[in-house]
Amino acid sequence: MFSTLSKILIDGISMGTIFLFGCVGEILTEKAGNLNLGIPGIMCIGALGGSYGVMLYTNGVTDMSTISGFWLVLTAIFFSMLFSAAAGLIYAFLTVSLKANQNVTGLALTTFGVGFMKFFAKRIDMSHFVEASKYFKNLFPFSSKLGWFGEIFLSHGVLVYLAIAVAILSSLLLNRTRTGLYLRAVGENPATADAVGINISKYKYGFIVLGSAIAGLGGLYYVMDKTAGTTLAEAPIDSFGWLAVALVIATMWKPTVAIFGSILFGALSMLAIDLKALSFSDLKIFEMFPYIITVLVLILTSIFGKKDIQPPASLGQSYFREDR
Amino acid sequence: MTTEKTKNEPLFHVSKRDHMSHKNVLLVRLAGILVALVICGIMSVILIHENPFKIYATLVKGAFIDVWTLMKDTAVLLMFGLAVIPAFKMKFWNMGANGQVLVGCLVAIACMKFLTGVLPDAVIIILMIVTSILAGIIWAVIPAIFKAFFGTNETLFTLMMNYIAIGIVAYFSFAWDKSGSGNIGIVNLLTHKAWFPDIGNKYVLIIIVALLVDAFMFVYMRYTKHGFETALVGDSVNTAKYVGINVKKVIIRTLVLSGAICGIMGAIFAGSLEHTVNTQICGSKGFTAILVAWLANFDPLIMIATAFFVVFLNTGAANVSTVFQLKSTDYANIVIGIIFFCVIGSEFFIQYRIKPSQRMKDIMTKKNGASIKELFFTSKSRSAVKPLIVILAIGLELLIIAVIATIVIKTVV
Amino acid sequence: MSKEIALELRNITKKFDKVTANKNVNLVVYKNEILSLLGENGSGKTTLMNIISGIYFPDEGEIFVYGKPAVIASPKDAFKYKIGMVHQHFKLVDTFTAAQNIILGVNNEKYNIKLVNSRVREIAEKYGFDIDPKKKVHDMSVSEKQTVEIIKVLYRGADILILDEPTAVLTPQEIEKLFAILKKMRDDGKSIIIITHKLNEVMEISDRVSILRKGEYIGTVNTSETNEKQLTEMMVGKKLELKIERAVVERTKPLLEIRNLSINSDDGNPAIKNISFYIRGGEILGVAGITGCGQKELCEAIAGLRKINSGFIMHKGESIVGLPPKEIIEKGISMSFIPEDRLGMGLAPSFSITDNVMLKTYGDGKSPFVNREAAREKAKQLIDKLEIATPSTEIPIRRLSGGNVQKVLVGREISSNPNVIVTAYPVRGLDINSAYAIYDILNEQKKRQTGILFVGEDLDVMLALCDKIMVLCHGEVMGIVHASKVTKEELGLMMTGAMNLTVEQKDKNYGIAKDSNLTDNEWQNAADEQNGGQNDDN
Repeated sequence: MFSTLSKILIDGISMGTIFLFGCVGEILTEKAGNLNLGIPGIMCIGALGGSYGVMLYTNGVTDMSTISGFWLVLTAIFFSMLFSAAAGLIYAFLTVSLKANQNVTGLALTTFGVGFMKFFAKRIDMSHFVEASKYFKNLFPFSSKLGWFGEIFLSHGVLVYLAIAVAILSSLLLNRTRTGLYLRAVGENPATADAVGINISKYKYGFIVLGSAIAGLGGLYYVMDKTAGTTLAEAPIDSFGWLAVALVIATMWKPTVAIFGSILFGALSMLAIDLKALSFSDLKIFEMFPYIITVLVLILTSIFGKKDIQPPASLGQSYFREDR
Repeated sequence: MTTEKTKNEPLFHVSKRDHMSHKNVLLVRLAGILVALVICGIMSVILIHENPFKIYATLVKGAFIDVWTLMKDTAVLLMFGLAVIPAFKMKFWNMGANGQVLVGCLVAIACMKFLTGVLPDAVIIILMIVTSILAGIIWAVIPAIFKAFFGTNETLFTLMMNYIAIGIVAYFSFAWDKSGSGNIGIVNLLTHKAWFPDIGNKYVLIIIVALLVDAFMFVYMRYTKHGFETALVGDSVNTAKYVGINVKKVIIRTLVLSGAICGIMGAIFAGSLEHTVNTQICGSKGFTAILVAWLANFDPLIMIATAFFVVFLNTGAANVSTVFQLKSTDYANIVIGIIFFCVIGSEFFIQYRIKPSQRMKDIMTKKNGASIKELFFTSKSRSAVKPLIVILAIGLELLIIAVIATIVIKTVV
Repeated sequence: MSKEIALELRNITKKFDKVTANKNVNLVVYKNEILSLLGENGSGKTTLMNIISGIYFPDEGEIFVYGKPAVIASPKDAFKYKIGMVHQHFKLVDTFTAAQNIILGVNNEKYNIKLVNSRVREIAEKYGFDIDPKKKVHDMSVSEKQTVEIIKVLYRGADILILDEPTAVLTPQEIEKLFAILKKMRDDGKSIIIITHKLNEVMEISDRVSILRKGEYIGTVNTSETNEKQLTEMMVGKKLELKIERAVVERTKPLLEIRNLSINSDDGNPAIKNISFYIRGGEILGVAGITGCGQKELCEAIAGLRKINSGFIMHKGESIVGLPPKEIIEKGISMSFIPEDRLGMGLAPSFSITDNVMLKTYGDGKSPFVNREAAREKAKQLIDKLEIATPSTEIPIRRLSGGNVQKVLVGREISSNPNVIVTAYPVRGLDINSAYAIYDILNEQKKRQTGILFVGEDLDVMLALCDKIMVLCHGEVMGIVHASKVTKEELGLMMTGAMNLTVEQKDKNYGIAKDSNLTDNEWQNAADEQNGGQNDDN
């Protein structure tokens, strides 16, 4: 019984990390008042960028045990964030500077991103990926000696802890700093923020790009850790991306809640494999739960209308000073 | 004081444009597409090392290799687009066409699978159509009801409904398939029982249906009282209430129509095109349809052209990747993505008017102590030029960083 | 003791397109002083204050702060000169606490919300504000929100405070408290400019009063040396003779009878308080009052767009309370309200003229299709009759000029042959010729024995056009008078609440028609029914 439970938890954490990156990235974007439906595409681009980094680093290496794991991982993270930030910049330019419709732009970006990843994935030399993935996994080799605690909490790869750290940092940023306060003001009421001299475009650009860069890491994590460097072109990262968007709503725009929400979502999508008694069809029922939870949260928040857990008030609208 | 003022004046004044002639709108859009084609051309040349005109020629030729498929794909995309149009006219973001089609297709397949032999084929076919439409309506109306009564965000709600539909379809794929592969296969593969009759070939039906629905939507939106009310709710909710329209009723009724069109599409997938149901049937057509409908300014007639344009690009680009051995058909999605970026961007020039300010004119004519340097170096933030430079700079920076990092890592390792 | 000049404006002129909002305005504010800025709607008060606070930049003129010339090009600049403005419409982020709102945009100190909380409490204690810095704005009452706005300005160290109609949203008790605070701030060395319409408040709070009329500076007087009558005269000016005919028409029995009506505004405060009046066929009843005194709510309630709290709206002896807007339209009651943005209610901006003309009639008949041909004919007739300037009937209405938009609206309302017309600000923003065209239309309707309720802004026009004028102040009737027997000053006094005929006359039947469509018994029954209904609810 306990072993099943711990297995569920471990899988929940490892699966949830994909959503957590995407979710935290989207929260930062939405707090700036932009609904970025391009997140699934951006995560794909992030996966490709990270893979490109890994390929560069391992290119021509004959003995994988001689390379520096630290620099490998850092290179991958760097390229993953760089690529997804560039994709975020396209979205930001269109929606902030050119005031384009956010839904349409986001969907176009997702189409583009998925195509971009799948197309270039075929050109990535993945021959060293399986070996390289070892540097991403199992950050604390001693974890197996620490019993169940080590197994559940310390057996994961570096990106898992990075995701949790990013979520906590984002929460601190949003709630404890001036930048966070200004950012929320921009998302809630851009006219007021503008009136007190906050540069709306600066905040929107900054956090759309930062949010995209963070979301992209979710793609990298899936390729290099979750699937151990085996899957890229066929990776269903876009469908994880939509789950990340759902998670934003289900956790009511709170990064710390997102940590637990992502574990829940992750566990639900892995449940059937962990509980061997379940059939495949039942597995599909569990995979539906995250979306149903999200819909319920949406409905309940709109009915009971508690003002603290609403989407940012200007979400989805572009800001034009003269419209005031 | 006046000089103080003009020095701080932005270089461009951006204001809302209330009107642009149809000709100019078309020109701006075409310019957007042209820019996109140039970008795609450059990208293609880098990837393929071929003359860009040859690539585009291959694209055009490739699109017309199989005219029937081209027309069928256009018709299918058109149906998805027609389903989202009435809701969009009302400013209701229906992102859920995929889900609405899927549930329709699922119940139609259920009818086919379990009633074959029990009831006469003709009755089954009618049942398939009716239940499919009902299922599509239910899937569309749930978010509409919550939107009408509680103001629940419909963009996110309909988006989620897609994935719940996918989950249900996935469940039944496994539940109905005894082999455990999660693929229910083609129903009545050998007997063709309860399949919709072929008219000529199996693509004619969907093409005819799409054209009929298109004509219906055109008339509905433009000439009926219902269409009038839908458009009025979209244009001004206050005015709609003022003239005594029940806004809630209109929202729900319009989504019933959306759902019904999706249901018809689902029934055709089940009875005519696929004879099976799986989570991949809709692909991302529901989303592409939104782009297509937006591109057509939500006009059913123009949408025939935009749907064709997108399908044409898709098919043609797929051919380019086959001919030039690009290993992947996803080349098409990149091309479509870039074209959409450029067209979406061009919309700004349709909606807004950009006028050079007095200071900008001074700079150009070098009057009032203005100099060309001000375009780039200025103490106060300027509203138009500076952000553009910053964006270009960030973009370039990202590119340069990527290139340098690539070179560094290649030499170090 | 000679007083130090805190702020001085010299020859300020500001134009918007062709309209001159301020013309050669001079203003002086001393240290330790409360100055009232008085003027009717559209006299340019708010524009002037927006110039001082950096939202607009003047076309001509100079500003001096403590004797030094100042260039105020943005709200940031205004803060640099220690000028702060409390706007009539609060600019607050709903989901933030008071303290978070207050430090928004303050970059020159370390971010520490606890420190801010205690500093806010300090300021509150110093002047006597009642505020919880940790309370979220969406849980606040209107007066609390206003407190946040004022502290927001003080927190930034403002010495010159501008308050735009601060009392409009407050209860009498809250006003008293606010005034006490303002006086404390004055004694603390601040300069305060307060914009208001209410004469009694001007007399109570200010040291001096400056008056604007139609964008021009009229003069400044010491409060101790003036009285309400003199101020009203300065504010409204001499009566203008307008060439608007007042048709003499035989009047019918009351068409619309309103008794004891109470209505709430959107924020749940009472907007109309227990008013009674009636309109006969063949007369124009004007409604005068400062913006926000309940005109909008009254119009919406008659059209069935707003729920009423209590009271009766009887049309030809039948209650129309609770009927859907459509049925009220079908009874021949037309309502047209021209909001400030002109297109808000009654028209669909991207619809063509034809489609807008048929907004109220598209549903007629059983056919599922709209009859656009008939509407197009009607649109053509309207264009000819009212001389609407447009290239065709198929042009989206937002592309027409303001006057033509209003002609379409008023024309449509009249072409439906209503028996009661409720029209608010039908000439808002129109040039003189277009305005006269609208007056002619209304007079024509009056001759056809239509009952007209005319909510207007310009007193001269109302005196010339209307048969009777009802004056509202804060949702209460101050008097219903014959337009030929009242002076402009009297109207001004009533609008600002300085004169109340209903109290003076102590007439219990104020606003009740002697020849009502219903007998006293029937009224009584209706009242019993309503009370009974309310009891059931309880």
